Amino acid sequence: MPEIGQSVLQVQDLKTVFSTRAGDIHAVNSVSFSLQPGELLGVVGESGSGKSVTMMSLIGLLPMPPAEVRAGTVQFGGRDLLKLEQKQLQALRGRDIGFVFQDPMTSLNPVFTVGFQIMEPLRKHMGMDKSAARRRAVDLLELVGIPDAERRLRDFPHQFSGGMRQRVMIAIALACDPKVLIADEPTTALDVTIQAQILELVKDLRQKLGMSIIWITHDLGVIAGIADRVMVMYGGQVVEYGPVREVFANPAHPYTRALMTTVPSVRGERAPKLNVIEGQPPMLSQHPTACPFRARCTHAFERCARENPARYTVLEGHDAACFWDHTTGEPRNV
Amino acid sequence: MPPVSGTTPLVSHAMSDRRKLVEVRDLKMYFPINSGILRRHTGDVKAVDGVSFDIYEGETLGIVGESGCGKSTCGRAVLRLYDITAGTIKIDGVEIGTKSQHALRKMRPTMQMVFQDPQACLNPRMTVAGIIGEPLDEHTKMSKAEKLDRIYELMDAVGLNRSFANRYPHAFSGGQRQRIGIARALALNPKFIICDEPIAALDVSIQAQVVNLLEELQDRLGLTYMFISHDLSMVRHIADRVAVMYLGKIVELAPRDVLYNAPLHPYTEALLSAVPDPDPAIEARVQRIILKGDVPSPSNPPKGCNFCTRCPKVMDICREIDPEFRELEPGRFVACHLHNTAGSTGAPRNEHNQQGEDA
Repeated sequence: MPEIGQSVLQVQDLKTVFSTRAGDIHAVNSVSFSLQPGELLGVVGESGSGKSVTMMSLIGLLPMPPAEVRAGTVQFGGRDLLKLEQKQLQALRGRDIGFVFQDPMTSLNPVFTVGFQIMEPLRKHMGMDKSAARRRAVDLLELVGIPDAERRLRDFPHQFSGGMRQRVMIAIALACDPKVLIADEPTTALDVTIQAQILELVKDLRQKLGMSIIWITHDLGVIAGIADRVMVMYGGQVVEYGPVREVFANPAHPYTRALMTTVPSVRGERAPKLNVIEGQPPMLSQHPTACPFRARCTHAFERCARENPARYTVLEGHDAACFWDHTTGEPRNV
Repeated sequence: MPPVSGTTPLVSHAMSDRRKLVEVRDLKMYFPINSGILRRHTGDVKAVDGVSFDIYEGETLGIVGESGCGKSTCGRAVLRLYDITAGTIKIDGVEIGTKSQHALRKMRPTMQMVFQDPQACLNPRMTVAGIIGEPLDEHTKMSKAEKLDRIYELMDAVGLNRSFANRYPHAFSGGQRQRIGIARALALNPKFIICDEPIAALDVSIQAQVVNLLEELQDRLGLTYMFISHDLSMVRHIADRVAVMYLGKIVELAPRDVLYNAPLHPYTEALLSAVPDPDPAIEARVQRIILKGDVPSPSNPPKGCNFCTRCPKVMDICREIDPEFRELEPGRFVACHLHNTAGSTGAPRNEHNQQGEDA
């Protein structure tokens, strides 16, 4: 379990359910994690594993209904974010917590200039006047590496390329010096050479600004490159959590282990055949009473179908939700 | 690495023995830009601008590049889904570059395509059996029972349960839908299949399933693939030879292992170095080449080499003269001035030979 220290963000037993006509979808089930000052937490998982929904639940970005946060606490700055009023959340979003979305094409407003969109949070949250906000906007664009920033403020989003738009999104998210930046697949829609530019930029910004970052992705390579800690999600649950080097060197959960072998690499040995995780991800139509991965797991035994494993400590700060012990190859004695 | 240098001559030797199934020469696909009140032709988007390559029988040619480099357009042009601007395309010995669409229809059974978006390429109002059986209706005179047998056979081949034959596409997951698309492409026993980003829309764990299926089918049926993808690691896995495209041109074409281990073109080098590695230990050691700026517009490519605006090794000549796409050593083509001086005596001869062969 994550330790309780002076973490910036502390999430306990978060549970989000979507009510649809076809019944409830349990998208997030008892997710707990914490974020330390200045750290970059990588969140990996396939689509539908609940990684985006978890982060959007934290700051009330999900449409309610159909979404409903049924349980849990989110401690941030001495307050529980889930108990805040809509007004208080609005004051918080963009100022204390920045958000970068996946698709830079749709997350900027096409009818306002980029300058206006960067200045909006500055004037609203920081109470800056127009000229101060403009100066800060120019600084921000230069910070994220957009040349000729002064002139570019007057341009509209369609005049920027995909990579440049994502830089603008990052500039907006950084505008008010947030304590936490949540980046939801910020490089998925970009090409690899542009992705490399953005990753360099983020590494650079972390050194300069020292904020905490949550980075959601499905690309293990990106995580390996920039994260300090990694949280692997499957079926709406956290299945493994630990320091990035430790998790990549000694993955404990069968899902993490399988995921690492299915991904080919451009370097090193080339495997003659790809390893496959057979089957499909689970439907999340009810509250989990068994391990969500058991149907695709090569190590599953009867206990996995009877109860949902809790997160067991593998090493200090590294845990996995699995009854199977990867060090002995036997069921865990708990 | 010893195994790599050992296999290189073998590969090119085997290649010269094998039959060329697809020969593309100087293929150009321009899309006109019309502007003004009179919609006058004022320019062209040069999506594919003079590419030449061969695909040998039974091999997989990977085409990689960033979005907008023309790799999908190139694939579609090779199947004549467009009316091409210039160039020749020979598939299985038949020249199809200038054939009418009506004449092409009779040839379609030998060449098929698997599309990127498994959601969009299946008709939502047709059952799986209907979708897989449609090419059979069009091109064969099978009886109903024969057709159903063939449909079941195909469903088995791609790993779909026969009992799903009467379901509609919406009832399937992304990976299963891609399998339906593959079954449809296989229906007429094609020789050549173009896979246009077949795994881009799928999750990581499902991607491996589809790639393994494609490889299995290739072994079993002797298929030839042109595999278009932006995922360099997947292409390294599936392809025998790899072509790298940038702004409508092939900048490098080489057997897989030499291309990944010792890329010649600065763009290939940068592209490979940009791929993040799923291993923190390697990741910490990798020397990244970070390219500055973005890809120029294909309607207004720079003078000289297309890559000269972003190239870290740019020279004066690159801004003036477009480098020739030449064979540096057998089977290894590159279009870059950096490699002109070294092999300037040998290279033009090879280039000439290659032109001579297909004349």
